[in-house]
Amino acid sequence: MTDATTVTQEQKPPSRVRTALSGTAGITFLSIVMALIIGAFFIAFSDPAVQDASSYFFAKPFDTLSAAWTSVVEAYKALLTGMLFNPDASSLVDALKPLSETITMATPLILGGLSVALAFRAGLFNIGAEGQIILGSIFAAYIGFQFSLPWFIHLPLAVLGAFIGGAIWGGIAGFLKAKTGAHEVITTIMLNWIAIYLVAWLLTKPAFLREGRQDPISPPVADSAEYPSIVDQWRVHAGIIVAILAAAAVAWLLDKSTLGFQFRAVGANANAARTAGMNVSRMYLLVMLIAGGLAGLAGSAQVLGTEKSLTGGISAGIGFDAITVALLGRANPWGVVAAGLLFGGLRAGGLNMQTATGTPIDIVLVIQALIVLFIAAPPLVRSVFRLPETGGAGFMQTAKGWNG
Amino acid sequence: MKLELRNITKKFGDFAANEDISLIVNPGEIVALLGENGAGKSTLMNVVYGLLQPTSGEIFVNDVQEDFEGPGDAMTAGIGMVHQHFMLVPPFTVAENVMLGHEHTKGAFLDLDAARSEVRRVSEAYNLQVDPDALVEDLPVGVQQRVEIIKALVRDAGVLILDEPTAVLTPQETDELLGIMRDLKAKGTSIVFISHKLREVQAAADRIVVIRRGRVVGEASPEATKAELAGMMVGREVSLTVEKPPGNPGEPVLQVSDLSAADLEGRPILRDLNFEVRAGEILGVAGVQGNGQTELAEVLTGLYEGEVTGSITMDGKELTGRTPREILDGGLGYVPEDREHDGLISSFTVTENLVLDQFGNAPYSSGGVLKSAVIDKRADELIEEFDVRTQGAAAPVSSLSGGNKQKVVMAREMSRELRVLVASQPTRGVDVGSIEFLHKRIVSERERGAAVLIISSELDEIYALSDRIAVMYRGAIIGVVGPDTSRDEMGLLMAGVTND
Repeated sequence: MTDATTVTQEQKPPSRVRTALSGTAGITFLSIVMALIIGAFFIAFSDPAVQDASSYFFAKPFDTLSAAWTSVVEAYKALLTGMLFNPDASSLVDALKPLSETITMATPLILGGLSVALAFRAGLFNIGAEGQIILGSIFAAYIGFQFSLPWFIHLPLAVLGAFIGGAIWGGIAGFLKAKTGAHEVITTIMLNWIAIYLVAWLLTKPAFLREGRQDPISPPVADSAEYPSIVDQWRVHAGIIVAILAAAAVAWLLDKSTLGFQFRAVGANANAARTAGMNVSRMYLLVMLIAGGLAGLAGSAQVLGTEKSLTGGISAGIGFDAITVALLGRANPWGVVAAGLLFGGLRAGGLNMQTATGTPIDIVLVIQALIVLFIAAPPLVRSVFRLPETGGAGFMQTAKGWNG
Repeated sequence: MKLELRNITKKFGDFAANEDISLIVNPGEIVALLGENGAGKSTLMNVVYGLLQPTSGEIFVNDVQEDFEGPGDAMTAGIGMVHQHFMLVPPFTVAENVMLGHEHTKGAFLDLDAARSEVRRVSEAYNLQVDPDALVEDLPVGVQQRVEIIKALVRDAGVLILDEPTAVLTPQETDELLGIMRDLKAKGTSIVFISHKLREVQAAADRIVVIRRGRVVGEASPEATKAELAGMMVGREVSLTVEKPPGNPGEPVLQVSDLSAADLEGRPILRDLNFEVRAGEILGVAGVQGNGQTELAEVLTGLYEGEVTGSITMDGKELTGRTPREILDGGLGYVPEDREHDGLISSFTVTENLVLDQFGNAPYSSGGVLKSAVIDKRADELIEEFDVRTQGAAAPVSSLSGGNKQKVVMAREMSRELRVLVASQPTRGVDVGSIEFLHKRIVSERERGAAVLIISSELDEIYALSDRIAVMYRGAIIGVVGPDTSRDEMGLLMAGVTND
């Protein structure tokens, strides 16, 4: 800015903090902050104490405001303690239990998010993680309860089964895209419904239904097929290790392998990829196989770790939250891990918030939705915080360099 | 109408796209703004048109100072602009496009008749020959451009800014446009004509203002020689003729016999082509765009998605039916016509784009794992060798100028031993300095013994490079002639007229 003084309309250079905040990571952070602030209004309005006080708002406005403040602070305190740390617990194991819950909830979200993110990098919008999770769950559960094997064979076999189950479901969409050009958004949505009714039907059959039960639940998976727990009193299990390894594998695949290079090329400009000699159809098939497999692993976390049996609601909407997680993580594997942990924390903390303060857990859904809304509109966030425009990569331009 | 700019400076952060530019356009004058891509011509005109606000400086229209906050203000003041990329709604008629944003109404209804008659009035007054009821999507590019000009004239533009208007036109359409510009001038419209093409600037302009790196570096009359103008533009002496030693063609490398192709609806696109390109020879394919040249390149590289019959051989090996991968690996290099669409991945780094078709081969990867150290080193070498001006090898290729993007494509294709080079529009939208460089590299491929096929709609380029010229017309080769053929004769061939 050597010439700045000679310019009539002098502009002060933005501070380093403001520049950083207007970048991708900064916008994400500010989106979360804004969502929490707006969420606070919903908490206050939904609190009966606040509603009572507001009936005489014009007589004693302070009552309303103080009731609102108390309700927001209590709710967010409960949310936070439910996510991370319980200060009132008697032992360290109990105090850290909320963190264990957060990670337990986060595990399938991370794996599902990786599935959506990987497909997204190849230019495909995988709405089908839900169905792929269900298929992974079916395969893992069947292998888990049907066989009796030593754990070092049984567990890997069940996990592999989950991957294959998901890969088949994702692969169908990839195959249809590659061979017929059928749009993956349509096919994966349809495959979700097929999967939902497939698991419901299977759970009426003797092969899957738990003996003596009428409700749709399978026999429990054998101990030898379960993800080992990390601390006995906690629910968190080795599935999180699979999730972290999967994130590392996806990061490696995208940045270091020729296959990932082709995925990214096809995703960024399929015409140029084809002109450079890449087989675009084959990439669509392969990426959907792998993406489906990753979602299948999310199913394994549910069946072999958290629920320990197959139920009709095994996917619990994880496949749809995974889309949000992938968006929040900007289709970057480690971003997905962070976003998965945040959403897992919101799920776990939301439960605690509801039991501790009576704030409906739906507030968490509102906060999640708001985060995505703000992330999708960076100019909105920038204008609220009066941040400078940066040349930072837009959301769709997530491709990275070699070391990236 | 008189337009005057005084000391316009436009900065983006620390970067000054325009610095202290002063310019006067007198009533009824055509002023050409000449400069390389990225010199700041378009930025300056966007300032004049109100799309950008100047950091400092003043704009006067008819000696009244104006302060434009948006294009609406500029239009009100009588400034019209035809952008390089048209701002038209393809499924709308000409009249609908012209009235868009300034709709005439009769009560609650659109008054299309008023718009029609306005289009007719302007079209006749300036001899533009545009039918108000034609759908824009059905019109050739040259006519679409005239619709843009009508849009400006209907709103009483006294100053018309044409941003690279000839970039999308065929030679004939370009001549027509130059004629229209003269008509407009005769009726008192002032024109700012932005271009980097010397021939057109000389043909059209009363005065030439040269811009380099955001500053006015000089003014020239249209009588200045091309070499003088190019020198001012680039800032050093440029040679406009390609130095080409006499050819020494060897064995035929690329042989095409009885090649026909039809598109997916079965319409014939290529008709019974027979030609060969020998080692150490450049065959230029001339023709008006849309006569099958694009498809010929796609067929040669295995990219064409229709039915192909006949035979293409490279060193005796059949190429039809092979995948693009196999053809590229067999020693064919391909520079596609549209580098943004087919040649490069904008969001990828320069490095990544430099190995886009070679990443899977040794030494750039092994066992499916990329060797980033080898790739980075090779990229640095190529950036150096091809003089790619970039902030760094890791910068996204989208941050490069058109000429440098083309160098990336060319560097990638020439980075391996080629038997055949197929280059489609190798210097389209590229600045003079880069054209010189790219032409030299193409000739050096020939000297190395490759068979080179150049497809270009720029006759200058065809003449400068070719050892032989094949002219395409309606999917067929209507004649193969030498580079000493006159432009008139060539024009007739391109229009489908043969001697016999």
